[in-house]
Amino acid sequence: MSVERRVISVTVRDQPGVLVRIAGLFARRGFNIESLSVAQSETPGQSRTTFVVRGEPNTIEQVQKQLQKLIDVLKVVDHTETSFVDRELMLIKVAVRGPEERVELRQIAQDFRARIVDVGRSALVFEVTGDEGKMNAFIEQMSEFGIVELIRTGRVALPRSAQTPATPAARAKVA
Amino acid sequence: MNGAEVLIRALERQGVDVVFGHPGGAIMPVYDALYDADLRHVLVRHEQAGAHAADGYYRASGRPGVVFATSGPGATNLVTGLATAMMDSSAVVAITGNVPTSLIGTDAFQEADVYGITGPVTKHNYLVKRVEDLPRVVAEAFHIATTGRPGPVLIDIPKDVQQAAIELSDDDFDVEIDLPGYRPTVVGHAGQIRKAAEAIRAAERPVLMVGGGGQIAAEQVMNFAELTGIPVITTLMGIGAYPSGLPQALGMPGMHGTVTANRAITHCDLLIGAGMRFDDRVTGKISRFAPNATVVHIDIDPAEISKLVKAHVPVVGDLRDVLPRLGTELDRLDIAGWWEQVSQWKARYPERYKTDKPLVSQEVIELLREHTKGECVVTTEVGQHQMFAARLFPTNAPRTWISSGGLGTMGFGLPAAIGAAFARPGEQIVCIAGDGSIQMNIQELATIAKHRLPIVIAIANNGVLGMVRQWQELFHAQRYSEIFLADSNPDFAKLAEAYGIEGHNVFDRETARRLIPEVLGRGGPALLNFVVYEAEKVYPMVPSGAGVDQMLIGDQEPDREEAPA
Repeated sequence: MSVERRVISVTVRDQPGVLVRIAGLFARRGFNIESLSVAQSETPGQSRTTFVVRGEPNTIEQVQKQLQKLIDVLKVVDHTETSFVDRELMLIKVAVRGPEERVELRQIAQDFRARIVDVGRSALVFEVTGDEGKMNAFIEQMSEFGIVELIRTGRVALPRSAQTPATPAARAKVA
Repeated sequence: MNGAEVLIRALERQGVDVVFGHPGGAIMPVYDALYDADLRHVLVRHEQAGAHAADGYYRASGRPGVVFATSGPGATNLVTGLATAMMDSSAVVAITGNVPTSLIGTDAFQEADVYGITGPVTKHNYLVKRVEDLPRVVAEAFHIATTGRPGPVLIDIPKDVQQAAIELSDDDFDVEIDLPGYRPTVVGHAGQIRKAAEAIRAAERPVLMVGGGGQIAAEQVMNFAELTGIPVITTLMGIGAYPSGLPQALGMPGMHGTVTANRAITHCDLLIGAGMRFDDRVTGKISRFAPNATVVHIDIDPAEISKLVKAHVPVVGDLRDVLPRLGTELDRLDIAGWWEQVSQWKARYPERYKTDKPLVSQEVIELLREHTKGECVVTTEVGQHQMFAARLFPTNAPRTWISSGGLGTMGFGLPAAIGAAFARPGEQIVCIAGDGSIQMNIQELATIAKHRLPIVIAIANNGVLGMVRQWQELFHAQRYSEIFLADSNPDFAKLAEAYGIEGHNVFDRETARRLIPEVLGRGGPALLNFVVYEAEKVYPMVPSGAGVDQMLIGDQEPDREEAPA
């Protein structure tokens, strides 16, 4: 069976250990979490987590059902089934060897609408926000200069306000 | 009052009349509160046994079983019992003490991360950090344990929370349950029920397979079976949910199921799974399981739908709701041709075993059935004796068959018998065991002796780990690795006597025939150790990885001359 990639949001009650329960569930069913982000939602006492996971469709369905069974889980949304927006934030430190490179890097950053958040003698730190494609493209561009280190938040996602069915293009983007 | 007294009060509010447990340092305030309370406490000799006793109490009565244990080793000893209860959907509420909150995370004496450890083996668990949360947490725990698909819930209470003072009025214990993330679907979807009815009406060769969920819906199962005239298969967990002695009953499916049940599964064109979860011991190889059937799956847990066997018509809901509503859309099914076929299988493959050898487990189990007239609660350990009992001593009433199905926990049967004895005072309990598994919680003979419980323990003692031996003989080239018990088994009769329990070692048929009615007449507690034939095997058997149509029939194969044409 084919392996799919899904973006799943889980709204949970803020209880100690709830993340452990969710992570344990993924682990137990042999499921890889590609990225995970978690923070307060608009409702006090509730958090929203976004997972990007990879697995066979029936396994993903099973995990969603198992998530739904957890007492502290309020809602499970598989964004792949709907139209959604998603973003990710990355901090990336890139080596700079001379003034020419510095100019070139600034130009690329501008094209990507990335911000420079730290300027050092031998490196620049960029902040990039966007979807996954943009992150990967930026990383590719920067790798020629030498990436010192980078960190990504993982994707966060929300359904679009008009709940239109997912377009084939939106599906393709996720896959 | 303090936290411990709040706990006891909250338990009493839940109608708890008996608690199984073992004290220790971190739960001493609770035991101190117990000293003045009306709540009855049964001291077990090992926390695992306490958990199994609470589980047996639930299975025998339908009322949640409660177990107390201390922190660290006390709590970790519960884990097997919780996992057993989880797998078999048993409502158990476990209360553990923990080190004071200030010491949590410091590797304090008898500290373990009980909340973390028990998460995967409970339906839900709590670590209570504020005494004022106790009434709510206890109410939620019982609600979660007993509703929807039942399961174990653990409440971990640090010692300082047990000791904390608080003033509470009676009203404070009237807790409104507010769990927005927990709303089990009880009422089946009308459209799905209609679809199920259509599929059933269209069927020519239907079967109903009832699992553990049937234990709370025996009446509805019976009505449905009577209305439709459908053949009924009961899984290991479903034994008793539909009387095994009725003509419509085909017995148990799966690895050690009856030939008839497995043939019916293979040839049916419609299979109704009711309150069951298509465990691999039931299905064998999935692709060969009910290959021609439309599957109607009725279960209260949506996560079970299409988990293993694809459900063509899923109905999420409580059997007590769904079956009667399904019934209103159905009449008696016109399946005479199917019954003719099924009856032929039944006639050709009755339960049989050979007695041209020393005493065998099967005849011991049949004698027990005969002399109790099946009117008792049966608990089993896990192994060959369990399968023999499931086939030869399936009880006829719900909540009278108590066996570890999902987890297959050796050491379950004896403490579960204790729980059953407290759940159903005055009733005869028969615990069927092997010489391997009985030793996994044998210390509970003390608990049985102390309370003079009406438990008759029958050990089918073949001197080996019989089920492992069977697999080694059949699938591991007779390489009998680490199964021999006989050379170092205790003298079980003497052991029982040492605990103050009547004990007998039985070596032959005649003594078995004489002693079984005699001992049952006294009602127990008693231990009967039957030394049985070592190499006896459980047949039929579906080898691991094979389909249920690929049974090794063994002794169940009729002799040529007596086989009907």
